[in-house]
Amino acid sequence: MKFFMIHLMPYADLDLTYDQKYDSAWVTLPNSYYDPVKGAKLYNRYLDELEYADELGFDGICVNEHHQNAYGLMPIPGVMAGALARRTKQAKIAVLGRALPLLNNPLTVAEEYAMIDNISGGRLIAGFVRGIGAEYHAWGANPAESHDRFHEAHDLIVRAWTEIGPFPFEGKYYNFQYVNTWPRTFQQPHPPIWIPSQGSRETIEWASHPSRKYTYLQTFSPATALARYMAMYKEAAEKQGYTATADQVGWAVPIYVGETDARADAEAKPHIEAFMNKFLRMPQEMLLPPGYLSLQSMKGVLKAKGAMMAGAHTIDGLLDKGMFICGSAETVRQRLAQYQKQIGFGKLLPMLQFATLPHDLTKASMERFAKKVIPAFRGVA
Amino acid sequence: MAGVQEIMLRVAGCGVSVKRAGKGPPLLFLHGGGGAPRWLPFMARLAERFDVIVPEHPGFGRSETPEWLDTIGDLAFFYLDFIRQLELERVHLVGSSMGGWIAAELAVRSTHDLASLALIAPVGIRVKGAQKADIFLWSHEQLTRNLFADPGFAEVILKMPVTEEEQDQRLKNALAMAKLGWQPRLYNPHLAKWLHRIAVPTLICWGDSDRLIPPAYGPAFRDLIPGSRLQVFERCGHLPHAECGEKFVRTLTQFIEGVRP
Repeated sequence: MKFFMIHLMPYADLDLTYDQKYDSAWVTLPNSYYDPVKGAKLYNRYLDELEYADELGFDGICVNEHHQNAYGLMPIPGVMAGALARRTKQAKIAVLGRALPLLNNPLTVAEEYAMIDNISGGRLIAGFVRGIGAEYHAWGANPAESHDRFHEAHDLIVRAWTEIGPFPFEGKYYNFQYVNTWPRTFQQPHPPIWIPSQGSRETIEWASHPSRKYTYLQTFSPATALARYMAMYKEAAEKQGYTATADQVGWAVPIYVGETDARADAEAKPHIEAFMNKFLRMPQEMLLPPGYLSLQSMKGVLKAKGAMMAGAHTIDGLLDKGMFICGSAETVRQRLAQYQKQIGFGKLLPMLQFATLPHDLTKASMERFAKKVIPAFRGVA
Repeated sequence: MAGVQEIMLRVAGCGVSVKRAGKGPPLLFLHGGGGAPRWLPFMARLAERFDVIVPEHPGFGRSETPEWLDTIGDLAFFYLDFIRQLELERVHLVGSSMGGWIAAELAVRSTHDLASLALIAPVGIRVKGAQKADIFLWSHEQLTRNLFADPGFAEVILKMPVTEEEQDQRLKNALAMAKLGWQPRLYNPHLAKWLHRIAVPTLICWGDSDRLIPPAYGPAFRDLIPGSRLQVFERCGHLPHAECGEKFVRTLTQFIEGVRP
């Protein structure tokens, strides 16, 4: 199994009483809540944490894209990836954006990713996402075009990487006389492509297609949902005539490793609860704008998310559902081994900083994870 | 719904659900974003003097969603085909909200078969500084409450039982609404330039308590459509035909009677 530390770079100094006045930490929360002096420190702290993950021997580090919110401060993730490309030496750098349907010109991503891939000497992992529903409110992009634009932008970018230019591109949304991307990607034919998703049959069937075999990442979902989507990927692969490897599926999940179970729970509790209840807070209409999912998927997700978004989350509830893994190194090892055996993912994306979790706790948890958890899984899956 | 015919027609390759009742000159009603799942009291009143035709737009309700549906302009051309296929002549075209936008787009293309045009709180243009409400961030309950000036109206609607089919149609209607109006938000930047082409008598209706589209849009439409008249309904929200039905039917009927045959 391989380990990629994912960071959201939240605005950890958020005034958590904001929800007395506003119903979300996204889109409509005034940016007067952001203090640039505190924010500047946070950015540098978070970059330090990802650089430290490289030193600790993680296989990779992941940045992420979200817009107009306190949950994650990386609207332009390529800025962080560019900084990390110079300061890290071994780790793969996964950009788990870019939200392709938000773009007027997807060739900017072909260029940006190719630059990072060159500077890092071929360490880039290219993420393609649709963004969460809130992004469509923040950017005014039409959610009803989300799937179609995603596929067209993806096709354009992959062709820009793999075909010698210049060539014309004639799409519904994007049209170019000259596609001729400079620089070409360092990795040939192109960097590995990962598809993070909150779970949709359409995405899974598309990602698992034999012509793509993209790594599918399930993000922040209960373990039962994780198991279902991973099984769906494997079934889709079988139907399409091949057997998927564990390497093709991954799981992104918040994890905290403490000295003992009791200390871990006590240390993580306020921060993981703030993550779910404050930073992820948004009305359903913001999360699921019309067209973001097919009508059929929308019906299913409305039921599932309704349950997930309803009420205040507690650390115990999150642990029970498998939405959070927390405890001593021994406990975390056991939980992971159990999930890995049941579900069979080959990539794990531990989110070792979340919400308001301060630097010293983050660093200690990262060290325990790297030294006492990762080694147990080398050679597994 | 006695006497109301419900039929499926095929127009421009799209199966479209149509309700129709009454005798008299044809009156084509184009619904707004909420669709037209039911035959409403104002339709029944109008059917006493008109041949009232209420389609569900392609993409909405029981109608199909055709491959060609991308913009409101597509629906404007669709309804020009619809009018021709049903061999309607001297149609009184009435559109509410998004349906008003379709009607206006249709009329700038051709008024050949129209006798008159009535726009009820239409969208389709932008008045700078007069922000439309962000309906896509409202829950169904918030939307329902904001549609009416009289809170009692929303209460009654919110208490009605909802079938699974109606739930599904709400999702379907919201999807079509987003497809057609998300960006630019509920308007076509090029429509205002051509509204002067509308050469049939035009009535514009607006509720003075419209919380979706600010009443400032009423005078803007009136000034852009030559010879048009603006009727403001007092203590009335976004749907005067539903909330102030009696007055609306009277106003519309008088307006149509004033149209030279």
